[in-house]
Amino acid sequence: MNRYRADLHIHTTLSPCGDLDMSPHNILEQAAKKSIDIIGIADHNSTLQSRIIAELAKDYGIFALCGAEVTSLEEAHCLCFFPEDNLNNFQNYLDDHLVKHPNNPDKLGYQVAVDADEQILQQLDYSLLTSLDQSVDQISEKVHDLNGLFIPAHINKTMFSIFSQLGFIPDDLNEDALEISFHTTKEKIMKEYPVLENKTLIQSSDAHYPNDIGKIHTLFKMHNRSFDEIKKALHHEQGRNIYI
Amino acid sequence: MTIEEIKNKLELTVFSGEEGLNRTACGGYVSDLLSDVMGNAQEGQVWITLQTHKNIMAIASLKDIAAIILVKDLEPSEDTIEFSNKENIPLLSTSKSAFEITGQLYEILK
Repeated sequence: MNRYRADLHIHTTLSPCGDLDMSPHNILEQAAKKSIDIIGIADHNSTLQSRIIAELAKDYGIFALCGAEVTSLEEAHCLCFFPEDNLNNFQNYLDDHLVKHPNNPDKLGYQVAVDADEQILQQLDYSLLTSLDQSVDQISEKVHDLNGLFIPAHINKTMFSIFSQLGFIPDDLNEDALEISFHTTKEKIMKEYPVLENKTLIQSSDAHYPNDIGKIHTLFKMHNRSFDEIKKALHHEQGRNIYI
Repeated sequence: MTIEEIKNKLELTVFSGEEGLNRTACGGYVSDLLSDVMGNAQEGQVWITLQTHKNIMAIASLKDIAAIILVKDLEPSEDTIEFSNKENIPLLSTSKSAFEITGQLYEILK
């Protein structure tokens, strides 16, 4: 089996808080520089930039998971990733359920999808910083209906995390893993939250600027880089595993 | 003051947990962060929130909250209602905002 370094939480120019330098090439160049083999594209409440990056990633020898960092009704952030065929279906779900307010780029930041040559394809006029009208449970169910991965993000943060918003992790949430932020370590987190013993934890950068990419990573032990293998590694199937 | 009396004075709707209407309220707490409620709410308080997830009932049970008031006509999910009935913790609602209902509750409890 092979070992791969993964940073599964990266924002792009599409996120209002993502730096305008987070173009497809810049992200991939940084990831390659930091020897990251797998990246997860997770803009706030939109998958619109992820496919372009996944396509271009092949030129860099990088595998990119396509998805989004979704804000639930309770304002808990959750990473959601999909097999390529189901990405549009999930984007439709986001379009149907995101509470729409106009974006004010001067105050909240620009939200642009760009192509490989950094030409603007689309500027979203509604804010991606609002939430869906769906609970974490409903989102988890939808993600799994589409054979996706559901990973509550930065659970140790005091805002926008499942712990801050919901106090504890509902036992029937069916998460594929839980993400801890780069600020902490596995040892610290286990002391702080003994309830996380036996849970699958990943750690990612939550990069909003190119330099942040790969500042922390999760190691995947699996046969090759594909959506299915990543899913199996998260569930420790047949010797596959992940390490932080 | 009992939850029943508060319900009548503030014209609240009861979703569930009717058997707990005879509980006594000794104050209130307003927060939408469940981690904050877990750390800071006190036993016997009425909790005013916009969160409707079933975890609100688990936290209410843990902290011995007297009742929960949902604001702005928000509706709890079915499993939240179930949990409220099981724990006999009344789940009430109002069409008012948290600001308004908190002011009114404060007035009758002070």
